Amino acid sequence: MGTMSKSPWLLHYDASSCNGCDIEVLDCLTPKYDIERFGIINTGDPFQADILMITGGINSQTESVVRQLYSQMPEPKVVIAVGICACTGGVFKECYNIRGGIDTVIPVDVYVPGCAARPESIIDGVVKALDILDQKQKALARHRQAQK
Amino acid sequence: MGLIPILIGLPACFAVFIFLLKDTRLRQLAIYGGAACVMLLSLVLLAFWIRNGAIPMLLYEQTEGVDFAMTAAELFLTGLILFMSIRHRRFLPVLLSLSQTALVLYTEHTASLTEAPHMLIDRLSLMMCIIIAFVGGLICIFAVGYMKGYHAHNPKVADRQSFFFSMLFLFLAAMFGLVLSQNLIWMYFFWEITSVISFLLIGYTKTDEAVHNSFSALWMNLLGGLGFAAAIYLLAFSGGNVQLSHAVSNGSALILACLSLAALTKSAQLPFSNWLFGAMVAPTPSSALLHSATMVKAGVYLLIRLSPALGGNMAGFMVSMIGGFTFIITSMMAIAQNDAKKVLAFSTISNLGLIVACAGIGVQETVWGAVFLTIFHSVSKSMLFQSVGSTENSLYSRDIEDMHGMLLRLPRLTYIMGIGIAGMYLAPFGMLISKWVALKAFVDSGNVLLVLFIAYGSATTMFYWTKWLGKLISQHHARTEVTDKTHRDEYFSMFLHAAAMVLLCLLFPVLAVYIVNPIVVELFGDAHTVLSMSVMTTMVIMLVSIVIVPLTMFFVSKAAHSQLVPIYMNGANVGDNRHFVNSFGEEEHLYLTNWYLRFEFGRRRLLKPSIYFSASVIVVLFCLMIGGVK
Amino acid sequence: MRVLSALGFLILAPFIGCLLDGFDRILSARMQRRVGPPLLQPFYDLRKLFSKQMIAVNNVQLLLNLSYLVFLIIAGALLFYGTDILMCLFILSTADIFLIMAASSDSSPYSNMGAARELMQVMAYEPITLLVAVGFYLATGSFHVWDIINQPKSAVLLMPGMLLGFIFSATIKFRKSPFDLSTSHHAHQEMVKGLTTEMSGFNLAIMNIAEYYETVMILGIFCLFIINRNWWSWPLAIGVCLLIYFLEILADNACSRVKWQNMLQSCWLVTLLAGGLNLLVLMLMN
Repeated sequence: MGTMSKSPWLLHYDASSCNGCDIEVLDCLTPKYDIERFGIINTGDPFQADILMITGGINSQTESVVRQLYSQMPEPKVVIAVGICACTGGVFKECYNIRGGIDTVIPVDVYVPGCAARPESIIDGVVKALDILDQKQKALARHRQAQK
Repeated sequence: MGLIPILIGLPACFAVFIFLLKDTRLRQLAIYGGAACVMLLSLVLLAFWIRNGAIPMLLYEQTEGVDFAMTAAELFLTGLILFMSIRHRRFLPVLLSLSQTALVLYTEHTASLTEAPHMLIDRLSLMMCIIIAFVGGLICIFAVGYMKGYHAHNPKVADRQSFFFSMLFLFLAAMFGLVLSQNLIWMYFFWEITSVISFLLIGYTKTDEAVHNSFSALWMNLLGGLGFAAAIYLLAFSGGNVQLSHAVSNGSALILACLSLAALTKSAQLPFSNWLFGAMVAPTPSSALLHSATMVKAGVYLLIRLSPALGGNMAGFMVSMIGGFTFIITSMMAIAQNDAKKVLAFSTISNLGLIVACAGIGVQETVWGAVFLTIFHSVSKSMLFQSVGSTENSLYSRDIEDMHGMLLRLPRLTYIMGIGIAGMYLAPFGMLISKWVALKAFVDSGNVLLVLFIAYGSATTMFYWTKWLGKLISQHHARTEVTDKTHRDEYFSMFLHAAAMVLLCLLFPVLAVYIVNPIVVELFGDAHTVLSMSVMTTMVIMLVSIVIVPLTMFFVSKAAHSQLVPIYMNGANVGDNRHFVNSFGEEEHLYLTNWYLRFEFGRRRLLKPSIYFSASVIVVLFCLMIGGVK
Repeated sequence: MRVLSALGFLILAPFIGCLLDGFDRILSARMQRRVGPPLLQPFYDLRKLFSKQMIAVNNVQLLLNLSYLVFLIIAGALLFYGTDILMCLFILSTADIFLIMAASSDSSPYSNMGAARELMQVMAYEPITLLVAVGFYLATGSFHVWDIINQPKSAVLLMPGMLLGFIFSATIKFRKSPFDLSTSHHAHQEMVKGLTTEMSGFNLAIMNIAEYYETVMILGIFCLFIINRNWWSWPLAIGVCLLIYFLEILADNACSRVKWQNMLQSCWLVTLLAGGLNLLVLMLMN
């Protein structure tokens, strides 16, 4: 396991979700699923987060917010789109206010479908994201070495 | 031995001279010249004294002519007070002034007073002379540039600068006379001059508020003068000797208490603090000179002189309790102030409270601390007042909230202000060491209440200074540019103050050995150091580190290349760090303010109870002393 | 010998702090009927923080944070070297001022509020720290740590009230509920991350390491209450320290965060009653 995957801190943001997936994310923190045993902490601060977990689709209000939050996270970072609304816009895809899934504004690394996504799937998604995070970290380190 | 008359007379002559000069350029040169002369003369006096063996010198036994002139001048001052008070319909000053002048003149002309030297040159008075000359002289130089800016953006205030500067110089003359006097009647005369000058300067702007505050200051200082007069009366009719040294050796609690009352009113201790924060309406040079660096130091100077007698005495108990109580309550009230000059006023009263408490306990250790506190406080407070005044001329505001991000707008003034603030409370600057000394001395003297006061008081002190400092260094890019309107002579004075402060902190052990220890020896007969040499040198090392560490870290952080991102506002930051998008989709301005805790620590809650409490302490203890308790 | 102790503090304190932090997290998790992270989790956290990209909101926050760390190290090293405890405590408060400056420097809402609350916290615990130093002086006759630990009897026998007051205020220093107003180790912060909102990566790692130094220093002061000339006082002191740390963790999990008025009043009251009365007794005894 690499540097990042031993201590991934996540930021959870609700773009326009009905809160169903949000509740499932919070469930992961509860004693039944307890993701802190992997060293995962739910910090509310993008400056200190490695993983951005987004639920809900992008609408006009949240578009700039998601971009700004993403820019305020330091590299290496991964984005997990939780729930079908975050992946593609879900059942609201044709609505006038929904632009689509999260990947319309920021690059997404892991898609976790479901409505609402189950805690087991979310944890699965996070574990996949950890692998990607480690790879990004290695690439970043190589990049820094090359620059010197 | 004409040096002392010259030292007192020269500033007085300059005062007259400046008052008569109407041409601005010539007046400016006269002020610079006068300040330089005063500083030079004080050094000459110091050299003269050292050459004569560096021992206390008592002078001037036969002084009929001068006494007569003083009587005439006192009558003139009384007349002036009566005239001004009646014109503005205040009758309390009339009552106080008449009674105290009558008391002193009666005493002087009916009691048989022993012939004795009227003036004393010793280490303590010379130290005060140097402080008065240098801090005072530099403030006069600062005032030249400051008053230009002040009148430029206060067009409603009548330009009476000749009067203002002549009063500053007259004040310097009176302060020299005060600290060099040994005869209490002479000291009383100079004391009264300083009260009247303070009254005239507070009323400089002639607004209703200024007039009201000036009369406040007048009656409180006159009350102290009445105490002084009562002490002279008691001394004269119980032995005929009105020397200060006799008051100390006599040891009568009532006489000491009357003199202490004068000192407490002059140093604006509770319950007499109102006049000092009311005096902040005056232009900054008068606040810096009179109301922080020198006039209020006259009160603590008197208490330090009396301190050998105050130890173990009821008067000393009263003084130390009032001092400690004032220290903690005024530092709490300073938390609730957002006007920078008011913060400085409360902080002055608070520090004076600490010095007063030290003098009141009257043992060598506490007086050691008191002398140190006096030195450091004079320099740093005067520098702070000057920087706040200059800031006001450039920013058009002296509200601390408007100083947000001043580091980026007025960097030089921020550095000076920052050094001043850090010097007031941060380890290992001088004030903190002095406070440490005071703490240790209070513990050694067995005073539980004072130890508690200092423990809580230093916590509250740290609160209001740190939040001001935090405001100054905020990296906030303001919308509007600000031009630094500070004149060269203002910077000259402030830089010299900053350099003096840093030097004094670095030379702390030297100060202890060559100045403060000998002063304590002169007062008490012997001295033992409160802080050992090793601790003092460690302090100097710490001071160096407090400069070196951030500097080194500056270079370390420069080597780390950080990418700059906007501040966190839940993603709603518009991008300029000043606005965010609200729920209607509109831009809303971000406002950040400090905590002022006005309902818990402010004047509305604390002032009246503390005035009642401290006044009753004084009244009760005076009654005990009149009844004969020692 | 003293130099060794100071060097030991310099090198070992972050490790000890990390282990204590890991132990804290496991214990809190077990109290909440969860499994909790591995013991070495804080090391992994720090390692990750060092490897992140450096972002900042201004150019001075890092230097102020580093100054905070350096001054904290100096304060702790001086304590472990055995010098004047009052000087160590004054330098400790200077270090805290630098942290507050670091947080105020970015002129942002959350860190500004965090800085204001941190300032309030410092005002709340400062009286008891001064009283504890004075208490040591009255109980043992010296401000020097070296003299304090070489006394025949433990200082706590003469200063029980001050120990209680200090335990109460140490809740603030350890950033544990109910007094974790300015920033919290757990994610449930109503001001995002408070003081540390704009700190990330290297910056945050520096602050965490400084906190570990501070934890060890505070535990060191707790030990001072117990250590005396006898060899068995040392393991006893460490045992007492661990007990106190456990009590802090217990309080953290049992209490919720209070408002600043509550914190200030309760701390000052406890200081007055426990510390002030103790001080009175000590002064009367002398």
